[in-house]
Amino acid sequence: MDSEPLTKLDPAYTTVMRIEGALTVLPFLVIALVLGVAGVLPQPYTWAPMIVPVLIAIVFVLLVPVKRFMARGYQFSDDRLRVVKGVLFHADTVVPFSRVQHLDVEQGPLERAFGIARLILHTAGTHNSSVTLPGLAHADAVSMREEIRAHVKRESL
Amino acid sequence: MTKAPAIEVGEWQRVSRITVVVNTLRSAAQALIPIGFALYGISSEGGRGGFAALLFGLGGLALLGLFVGGSWLAWYRLRYRVGENDVRVEQGIVSRSARSVPYDRIQDVSLEQKLLPRLLGLVEVKFETGAGGKDELKLSYVSEAEGERLRETVRALVEEEGAAASTAADPLTRHDGEGVAEQVPGETLFRMDTKRLFVFGLFNFSLVVFALLLGAMQQLEFLLPFDPWDYIADVFSDDNIAEAGALVNSYSTGAQIVAILYAIVAVVVVGMASGLVTTFVRDWEFRLDRTAKGFRRRRGLLTKTDVVMPVHRVQALVLKTGMIRRLFGWYGLSFISLAQDAKNANHDVAPFARLEEIAPIAREGGFALPGEDVAWHRPSTKYRTDKLVLSAGTCFVAAFLFLLAKIALPPEAQGLGLGAVIMAALGVIFAVQQLFLWRFQRHAIDEAYVYTRKRWLSPRTAIASRVKLQSVEVAQGPLAGWRGYADLNLGLAGGTFRIEGLPVEEARRIRAKVLDSIAAVDFANLPR
Repeated sequence: MDSEPLTKLDPAYTTVMRIEGALTVLPFLVIALVLGVAGVLPQPYTWAPMIVPVLIAIVFVLLVPVKRFMARGYQFSDDRLRVVKGVLFHADTVVPFSRVQHLDVEQGPLERAFGIARLILHTAGTHNSSVTLPGLAHADAVSMREEIRAHVKRESL
Repeated sequence: MTKAPAIEVGEWQRVSRITVVVNTLRSAAQALIPIGFALYGISSEGGRGGFAALLFGLGGLALLGLFVGGSWLAWYRLRYRVGENDVRVEQGIVSRSARSVPYDRIQDVSLEQKLLPRLLGLVEVKFETGAGGKDELKLSYVSEAEGERLRETVRALVEEEGAAASTAADPLTRHDGEGVAEQVPGETLFRMDTKRLFVFGLFNFSLVVFALLLGAMQQLEFLLPFDPWDYIADVFSDDNIAEAGALVNSYSTGAQIVAILYAIVAVVVVGMASGLVTTFVRDWEFRLDRTAKGFRRRRGLLTKTDVVMPVHRVQALVLKTGMIRRLFGWYGLSFISLAQDAKNANHDVAPFARLEEIAPIAREGGFALPGEDVAWHRPSTKYRTDKLVLSAGTCFVAAFLFLLAKIALPPEAQGLGLGAVIMAALGVIFAVQQLFLWRFQRHAIDEAYVYTRKRWLSPRTAIASRVKLQSVEVAQGPLAGWRGYADLNLGLAGGTFRIEGLPVEEARRIRAKVLDSIAAVDFANLPR
């Protein structure tokens, strides 16, 4: 199954990650603006602090979301789900449906606005006790959950 | 309250009345130490403190009354019920909490006796759900007989729930007889007599007692007639140490050697004695039985524990040994299981045994120790090289920096050359260590099990059953991704199981094999 191509996530996931990145930039931007307006630094460098939010924005709004989106993917087969993620720290996890204890579909406010959701598989293992697959279209997440649930004969133990 | 009535399913019950005594004593003991110190402080202040001490005594009495009242209320407001589908416990004096644990979720019922309850013939009953630690439902305390009966009743009900097929069997009628039948002791798999404990204790050499003494000194120094820290400082500042040194120098060489030997022997004796004490206290009358319900382990001198682990709940085995005990052929076996043992995720089942004693226990647990025919593999050589470079490399870099500093700084700077030499030597030691660690780090997979073995001087072997794994992950850090090796994380209930530094293709191959065994059997169909 390792050779089969991965299913890509919903493109809206990139947008959501971009907005999340923009939110992390916000405090830095405010600080830099305040410093600039107050004119704390001498003449030619008044707006130099802006470099920090600009750099952070380049990394967290432009680069990271795309890289992450490219690195992530999943593969849904008859009896197992494979979740691949990680740009620097790569993890390739397979959870057989027969070992799923229970399932969650979660949505944060941003995710809801863009109609995507996270599917979370809980297993009894200490490592990977919950495997999260983010960035699915909400309808997909729900249908995947139903399909896996059909496999899980007993929901809890 | 000597004889507990038989457990009635569906009846609300209170815990043993003597619980009030235990809880009062416990909270009083906790308060006693600060009160005692306060009293001591007042009395040492001199005659004027007499009145204050009297007040304090009265206050203490009032407090005691409060403890008794509180404990009694807590007892009065605590009730439990063994129902048809769940165990319920309601407690709380002002804010009530009602907890229900369905039999479906109960992994096991264990009994624990701390010193005080044990003297009074009480036990704490713990309903283990796998939630671990504080989330477990506890009943403290009931009489020993009641505890045993509770355990049997609940376990029988749990079993019934698990069987699920037996539809309308009335628990009331069915289990009264079965509880009695369970009293028949099973076959003893392993026990440690006093001699064995003694040898085990010697190997448990520990210098922790010195740390404890130091800690106690720090806590209680105000009670000492002198200030120990000042005393130590004096030894150094007032040339006492030089005097002592001169004194030692004035001895003959023979006497010096004797003095050093004496110091070493003293440390060794203390270390062994503390090892013996902790071992005797923990593992006194260690006994592992195979009963109809699973493995039953009893041990403990002051705190006596009695734990039952159903066989099917054993997820993996860990076979450990120590640097020196290995030379004498001693090994320790523990089970990784869903239910947790005290703070430890592993259940010791044979902490100090010969391999030929361990093999039958492993077999009872449905496992086999790796035989001769198991094909062991080592991690990737790139993994070895990277670890070696990282650990030794940092030392060499430090050595280099020392050398640079020696060249750059004025000659008055002392010890830089020595620093460089020490760092370089450490680098070499780490490099050799990594080489050996790699040689002894192995993994293997056969039809039913996955094995790992690691460490050089004190090898640790872990054996996991393939069907009992929960998930499989191939993980790579940036370096591993670039160099083409990976860690394989196998999801194990109640523990971790990982194989480090595998070539990626091999990790994928093992994953595929394990996944096929997992997917073939549904969780619910695992032996339960």
